[in-house]
Amino acid sequence: MSETLRRVRVLVRPKEGILDPQGEAVRRALPALGFGGVGSVHVGRLIELEVEDESQVEDMCRRLLANPTIEEYEWEVIG
Amino acid sequence: MNLEETYRSLGLSDAEYARVRELLGRTPNFLELSLFSVMWSEHCGYKNSRPLLGRFPSEGGRVLQGPGENAGVVEVGEGWALAFKVESHNHPSAVEPYQGAATGVGGIIRDILAMGARPVAVLDSLRFGDPADGRVRYLFREVVRGIGGYGNPVGVPTVGGEVEFAPAYTGNPLVNAMCVGLLRVEDLMRSRAVGVGNRVILLGARTGRDGIHGATFASDELSGESEARRPNVQVGDPFAGKVLIEACLELRRRDLLVALQDLGAAGITSSASEMAAKGGVGIEIETDRVPLREGGMEPWEVMISESQERMLAVVEPERVEEVLKVAARYGLGAAVVGRVADHGELRVLCGGEVAGSVPAEYLADAPAYEREVVEPEYLKEAQRLDVEEIPVPGDFNAVLLRMLSHPNLCSRRSVWEQYDYQVRTNTVVGPGADAAVMRIKGTKLGYAVVTDGRGKWCYLDPEGGGAATVAEAYRNLSCVGAEPVALTNCLNFGSPEKPAVYYQLARSIEGMSRACEALGTPVVSGNVSLYNETSGGAVYPTPVVGMVGVLEDVSCHATPGFGREGDVVAVVGASGRASLAGSEYLEIVHGRVAGRPPEPDLALEKECADRVRRLIAEGLVDTAHDISSGGLAVALAEMAIAGGVGVEVEVGSGRRPDVELFGEAGGQILIAVPGERWDEVREALAGVPWQIIGRTGGGGLKIGGFVDLKLEELRGAYGRDLFAEETG
Repeated sequence: MSETLRRVRVLVRPKEGILDPQGEAVRRALPALGFGGVGSVHVGRLIELEVEDESQVEDMCRRLLANPTIEEYEWEVIG
Repeated sequence: MNLEETYRSLGLSDAEYARVRELLGRTPNFLELSLFSVMWSEHCGYKNSRPLLGRFPSEGGRVLQGPGENAGVVEVGEGWALAFKVESHNHPSAVEPYQGAATGVGGIIRDILAMGARPVAVLDSLRFGDPADGRVRYLFREVVRGIGGYGNPVGVPTVGGEVEFAPAYTGNPLVNAMCVGLLRVEDLMRSRAVGVGNRVILLGARTGRDGIHGATFASDELSGESEARRPNVQVGDPFAGKVLIEACLELRRRDLLVALQDLGAAGITSSASEMAAKGGVGIEIETDRVPLREGGMEPWEVMISESQERMLAVVEPERVEEVLKVAARYGLGAAVVGRVADHGELRVLCGGEVAGSVPAEYLADAPAYEREVVEPEYLKEAQRLDVEEIPVPGDFNAVLLRMLSHPNLCSRRSVWEQYDYQVRTNTVVGPGADAAVMRIKGTKLGYAVVTDGRGKWCYLDPEGGGAATVAEAYRNLSCVGAEPVALTNCLNFGSPEKPAVYYQLARSIEGMSRACEALGTPVVSGNVSLYNETSGGAVYPTPVVGMVGVLEDVSCHATPGFGREGDVVAVVGASGRASLAGSEYLEIVHGRVAGRPPEPDLALEKECADRVRRLIAEGLVDTAHDISSGGLAVALAEMAIAGGVGVEVEVGSGRRPDVELFGEAGGQILIAVPGERWDEVREALAGVPWQIIGRTGGGGLKIGGFVDLKLEELRGAYGRDLFAEETG
């Protein structure tokens, strides 16, 4: 069965306009370490998974991997 | 979009728009319309409830600040005072439960902070639909996570609250957060802007497009469209909230502020116009000085943004530099965004040009709608209950176990174990008792705090239920040994445009007010949440009361658990009033929500509760618990489980055994007293009704010939994990 598994990469990030406390924290921490010239920072997450049926990925994203209320996501088959 | 479409899309009615035009004597521009639309929403303007709210008594001996400020304040003693308020976050929590609940906690904490008080306790009063529904379980789990997710890192203990389930809340959960703050009397701050030329400083997080039109959103019925409005969701940042708390307290301590106000619904607009209206001055805001999180924001967006973790301060010009220095040391954003002016208007400037300008008092003075109070048709039908039709069960052991394991009666441990209820180490009695008891370090003083709501009773009898809600809070505080002082409330109702709902609102307020007067507990703050409906059905009318009481000596308090074998167990309060009407038993076992619950006898209620409280304060009684949802049998089971000591009692008034065991009336308190102290206790109870019903001891619960259960059996049923259904 394992040869039928496809690798999928899902990228989840905060929707534009939604407050991103993690990104804010990084944005404020960088200058403290001497890195100047940093504009906005957004922190998202990357999920890699193997699935048999890639037509389910969209639903997985919507119902578990991302919170569509405040996050946007995109995914691709990588192998 | 033409003008008509514009103001309607902002939520203003034709009549309201006409009023705006009349007040201004000209056509408002879009920015000005936006200001009116948010300030005249139900959420900010209390259009439908204001005329009714005046009924609440709001004065009393200990009250330092009544309604109209960010929170009410009462005096405790030795120069200490408590600020407290409860507020709803129902609609945001229905759309995004984690962030909705989290920002609800953050918002109420900032209200307390604005009074110059250190936030020291949070309570959450939660109501959801049928837990068998998957979406309801999701909302419940995420709301509880959100409360912990904000409350735990921000360093304010979550010490109590309620969780209740009823189909009426499906799709429209109630998420009410209460915060209590501690302050020195002389540190009390108010939000009145004064001093023409003083600067207005925005403290805290940068402003983004969070919750644009959240205030109008909160006043609309939830519908499928709410999904599409999702980008409105606000996200909480507890670490930023923590920094804001510490910085504001330092600014307060060093007397650097003239006035302070939380930014909540309707953002800068609401805060600035209220501060200006209270002080009889004007405020100018330069939107291009507001630090922004995203580019391209229009002045109207800046003005109504509901970005979290922000406060607005009025500061004398010569202290501005010092304020900015303090903020910088905390890593807290701070910017001078405007000044106090003498023109009485909220004036918005952008690029040196006036983008809009309206008298602040107009914004703060939303139109008020008074409606006719007509008894709805459903009431008579709902109150009808023929007890003869209700079969008497054969196996009371099975009935009691079934009730103890019901989501409305089982242990709330699986909820509160997710909360940090000990942080700051002032929690003497945490969640799970009749009320939370807190100490004030460096003194013998303590205070107790509780939230109560009885939606089902208010549905069956709005006035009696309203009174019963206040009486229950009073009784709960008395059971831990605290003298009830004052209360805050959150009125959760459906659409006031429906006559049945308006009736519920008006009569509940009447019942609550009567109880407040009889019990001597004024209302010092509150919040109204209307339009709690989905698919046309309203929630149960649910006024939630948050009451605060004082303990002169915090070491003399009581808890519900039986502590010793051989104690005399007695009921204080009138017997023979228990009824199946509106009882949990009637709903859980017989599937009915019906009958007219007994109205509280307020004078007797007060006398009994006060006696018990004095016994506890004198150190004669350390075990007390009120008989509430589930009746006598459930109350005894809770006391046995909590203390790990069994109890044997007799019942024998000759009434139906299910009425004796599970009937509800309010007004009764169970106490357990060591035999050698009983004579003293009996003397102190002279003049109020009491009755010895049995003694503690044995390995379980025995009630007459009806119930005989081991502690393990009780624990097994009661200790249900409310979240376990997730996987099972």
